[in-house]
Amino acid sequence: MNGQMTNAPFSKEDMARRKKRALVMALALGGMVLLFFITTIVRLGGGVIERGM
Amino acid sequence: MQGTETRAAEVGGQGTAGDFFALLKPRVMSLVIFTALVGLIAAPGGIHPWMGFVALLAIAVGAGAAGALNMWYDADIDALMKRTAKRPVPSGAVLPGEALGFGLTLAIGSVLVLGLLVNLAAGALLAFTIFFYIVIYTMWLKRLTPQNIVIGGAAGAFPPMVGWVSVTGSIDLGSIALFLIIFMWTPPHFWALALWKKINADYSNAGVPMLPVVAGSDETRRQILIYTLILAPVTLLPSLTGTTGWLYTLATVALDLVFIHHAVRVFRVRDGAEGEQACKKLFFFSTLWLFLIFALVLVERALGIPSFPAVLG
Repeated sequence: MNGQMTNAPFSKEDMARRKKRALVMALALGGMVLLFFITTIVRLGGGVIERGM
Repeated sequence: MQGTETRAAEVGGQGTAGDFFALLKPRVMSLVIFTALVGLIAAPGGIHPWMGFVALLAIAVGAGAAGALNMWYDADIDALMKRTAKRPVPSGAVLPGEALGFGLTLAIGSVLVLGLLVNLAAGALLAFTIFFYIVIYTMWLKRLTPQNIVIGGAAGAFPPMVGWVSVTGSIDLGSIALFLIIFMWTPPHFWALALWKKINADYSNAGVPMLPVVAGSDETRRQILIYTLILAPVTLLPSLTGTTGWLYTLATVALDLVFIHHAVRVFRVRDGAEGEQACKKLFFFSTLWLFLIFALVLVERALGIPSFPAVLG
């Protein structure tokens, strides 16, 4: 190790693991966007169009 | 291959999504979801089903974050114990920094979601719960006092209260009653496991002052009995605070009597296979007991059984 970073590429297995983790993170972020969107709609409730600005 | 292994080890990224999921302590998380759901349903008033789902999700993620932060901090002692040596951090699958970052991100995210989307009081209580579990229990008292399980029990008792506050926005006596049930249940449950599985040597090696290690098994049996005898009347508090009705009360009295019977057996039968068997039976029954006690609240709501008028609060 010598305390220095190497520049060698990641192995195929490492890359596959990283890709899967990235996918899970993307799904989690997408889920959070959906969570905020639906919650906003629910909290607005009915009759949004009739409300005064 | 030496180079690639070194690179991955340096920058992280060796852990699978499953390793990170394991950091959340999924089994504890499922118990948290169940007890928080009971708090949510038992609370007076109501909550929109979607908001209830958001609250449960945030509480579950907050509990998972606490699990990840606990595994980050306790990696040194986890590595010394058979039961925990294969956890993601001590096994090397996840770097300590990764576990810390993961836990902090989820902790902050879950508190913000609960506070902003549900209500601020619930968010604040979830933040306090995570703080209590990590700082007060994991970092401070777990390695300092043989009553560590009692402190840890308090952390585990907060979720139904957070669920309750998600509905009402305030801490009422009814939520305190649910808190006290889990708080008083944890010591006899865990100490029965410690005596049965003989995991004392593990904790002793790791320098964690568990009660059976420090005070011996006789004192632990005495404490199991004391906590059980206090737990029994505590389980009737939800009926006095107007949270539950006749079905819960009758069934709980019956369940309490069986619990006390098992605790007395553990206190009296101390040696040999029979003594071990008594501890094993208490451990398994206490697990079922907690599930039934909380499930009874849900059953009463589902059947529309009215709660008793509140005597307290």
